Amino acid sequence: MKEIVDHIIDIVNNSISAGAQNIIIDIQESATNNYLKISIIDDGKGIDENTINKITDPFFTTKKDKKVGLGISLLKYQAELAGGSFHIKSELNKGTEIKATFQLSHIDRQPMGDIAGTIILLITSHSNIHFIYKHQTDDGVFTLDTIEIKDIINDISTNNIMRSSLKKYIEENLKKIKMTY
Amino acid sequence: MAKITSLDDLRKIKKNQEDQINLREKAEHPESLVQVKVGMATSGIAAGAKEIFTFFVDELEKRNIPAVVTQTGDMGYSYAEPTVEVKLPGQEPIVFGWVTKERADEIIEKYIRNGELIEGIIPQNYKTIDDK
Repeated sequence: MKEIVDHIIDIVNNSISAGAQNIIIDIQESATNNYLKISIIDDGKGIDENTINKITDPFFTTKKDKKVGLGISLLKYQAELAGGSFHIKSELNKGTEIKATFQLSHIDRQPMGDIAGTIILLITSHSNIHFIYKHQTDDGVFTLDTIEIKDIINDISTNNIMRSSLKKYIEENLKKIKMTY
Repeated sequence: MAKITSLDDLRKIKKNQEDQINLREKAEHPESLVQVKVGMATSGIAAGAKEIFTFFVDELEKRNIPAVVTQTGDMGYSYAEPTVEVKLPGQEPIVFGWVTKERADEIIEKYIRNGELIEGIIPQNYKTIDDK
């Protein structure tokens, strides 16, 4: 995993496997307070208490055809490496919330990567899922709610001009709030 | 291109697009298009699946091949990542393993354009997260 967006795709895939219909990708960063917080909140089937205690163990997985479960442990490792922390909260049949905090200016913090492209990748691949992407900085907040763009989502997956226009829309709004890469 | 900062700007572009081509029809019949699914579980992402995804999106557009490119979860073939499933209209899907940009190019030119099979095909007994 080279970039933070790699973890986001990975964790969102977990949410989708858990049957989530609504997924919130909440990014909060503050240059003043030196943090970058990534939260993925879903309404999937949740994780029981027994499992949650083992979830950051790289040799634990719920998948039957695998012996390792690296996704969550890699995110925890990267967050802690960048002077941050990792938290997971889950309730059976309600959903799961994963939160990774990084020190924004830490030399070992992974770069964010192409967040606009990643959001588009996720919403076009799972057009039946309601995504809310929220990105907050010291300069403001940008929110993309797929319910608001329902009328254009289908076009985005089949038409590159629409795809690049949506990308431009996200990027220009992120530029306005001065997001850190 | 002008600045696109509001959803209204986006909708204007959509309107222009609809006037030019029959977008809606395409979007409502994805089975008539080439469908490319890039496996993006932890192992796929770590092996560079995101670059392969972008390569397919950009190159299929450049080469004027109507297609839908999406991501999927674990196909169960971590040893062969990045893995890509290609479904030509009216045919069974085929999964290619060890996909680099060079091989992605070969998949587009040989399989997608001409239906010619290439090396690195994985037998189809996996389940994607969509089926689980």
